[in-house]
Amino acid sequence: MLEIKDVAFSVAAEGGKKSILEKIDLTVPDNKLVVVTGPNGGGKSTLAKLIAGIITPDGGKILFDGQDITEKSVTDRANMGIAFAFQQPVRFKGIRVIDLIRLATGKTLSAADACEYLSAVGLCARDYIDREVDASLSGGELKRIEIATVIARSAKLSVFDEPEAGIDLWSFRNLIKVFTKMRSEIKDSSILIISHQERILNIADEIIVLRNGRIAAQGPREEILPTLTGTTAMVSSCRNDNEEGGCVC
Amino acid sequence: MLELNDIQRRILQEVADLHGVPEGAYNIRSDASSAGRRSTANIEITPKTDVSGLDITIKPFTVNESVHIPVVISKSGLKEVVYNDFHIGEGANVLIVAGCGIDNCGSQDSQHDGIHRFFVGKNASVKYVEKHYGSGNGSGKRILNPVTEVYMEEGSSMEMEMVQIKGVDDTERTTVAKLAENAKLVVRERLMTHESQRAISVYDVSLDGKGSSADVVSRSVAKNKSYQKFDAKIAGNAECHGHTECDSIIMDEGKILAVPGLEANDVDAMLVHEAAIGKIAGEQITKLMTLGLTEQQAEEQIVNGFLR
Repeated sequence: MLEIKDVAFSVAAEGGKKSILEKIDLTVPDNKLVVVTGPNGGGKSTLAKLIAGIITPDGGKILFDGQDITEKSVTDRANMGIAFAFQQPVRFKGIRVIDLIRLATGKTLSAADACEYLSAVGLCARDYIDREVDASLSGGELKRIEIATVIARSAKLSVFDEPEAGIDLWSFRNLIKVFTKMRSEIKDSSILIISHQERILNIADEIIVLRNGRIAAQGPREEILPTLTGTTAMVSSCRNDNEEGGCVC
Repeated sequence: MLELNDIQRRILQEVADLHGVPEGAYNIRSDASSAGRRSTANIEITPKTDVSGLDITIKPFTVNESVHIPVVISKSGLKEVVYNDFHIGEGANVLIVAGCGIDNCGSQDSQHDGIHRFFVGKNASVKYVEKHYGSGNGSGKRILNPVTEVYMEEGSSMEMEMVQIKGVDDTERTTVAKLAENAKLVVRERLMTHESQRAISVYDVSLDGKGSSADVVSRSVAKNKSYQKFDAKIAGNAECHGHTECDSIIMDEGKILAVPGLEANDVDAMLVHEAAIGKIAGEQITKLMTLGLTEQQAEEQIVNGFLR
């Protein structure tokens, strides 16, 4: 279980500080899939980075399974069971897909075992396992590999920062299947997804809406989702979207 | 049967991936003399009579055979210059594994300068692997100055893998290649320097024949206070393709100088140079840390992958 208590985060700006997040209180319980949504610039990715330890808050506390991890490093949090999928996955020259998956599992996996994780994200494993995670991969391929590395970690808490960003329609359909499967196998773990996508919101147990750096709403999907869909903003944004990837703003 | 001591065995493993006496033709040079040599029906190895070194003659149309000519130096203060000539017959397809390891536990400098000349026959295909390695905790330096000359006849191809990952204090590598019509040269250099090591790598490639091509790519890492210079020149003297690339990571107080050199002497010569030098991207380290690695482990993974 992840608990965030009164967390604030700001960045240096001209003439002082600019607040990005304020008074954030939320809980990601075990056995739940929680989706954080809200407009761009609302602080969603900042929240994800605070959880992974990539940035540290100005105030407040972050607890993981009851333990205060506010001051813990990225490595410590990873080893405690927090996995993080980057919105823009990192490329490496020379590091192969199989290397990343092995590092993620912490084991010397056989190629066949590593392939399972790639198949889970809809990649033909044989074609990818020995490829380098470099500029030769498309954004969509990279994104799916990123998600595979998080699945491979079998973490207690898996955080995905806008997993739909940069992937095509076909991959998106697969992505929903991936998260649905993860949800069905959630036993004693939890999933936090930062997303704008209605189809991802549709599989959430709980939804948190972040707006202007504050929590605007949070609760079970059945309560929150109807307040988001049907708004004027939603309708106009959906007109610009496609039928597979309906968008909630 | 050839007997090898522990140092020889360890160095042979480092420079030639050998766990014992290799298959096929070989010459193992240890502390300035031959520790073992074997010719085969198609590959003849004979010592030179005027200078130190070997003539290695590969018969035309020899295929799927290999030659290993590793060098081991374990005496402090030993300095040698060795001339090895490879005559590769028409249509041959062979693997040549060279490499030199110096174990210097003494206070005097040890040095091996290998002058290799390759005469690659028409339509012949060669894969050449050369690894350099230094070990030992003496104050004497481990110095390697290889000179490689490659003369490629029509339709021949050569792939050169040159690796120097650890322990060589000072190196000046010069590679000169001349390519005839439709000849193809591929060079993959991997280099890591650390402490106060110095490594200079110079290429001078002449694309003389129509349809010839060269692809020279160096990946390197300079750690601590080490210095590297990559000076790659390709001259296009006909309708040809030439590409050089220097891709480097600097760490600590390392310094790298990349010198591009393209000379187009024919209007149909197409030449490209790329160079990128920089420190490890912070986000790469962060990504690996999110997989549970420490910052130091992440750096090691990134460097090892980069130099794979």
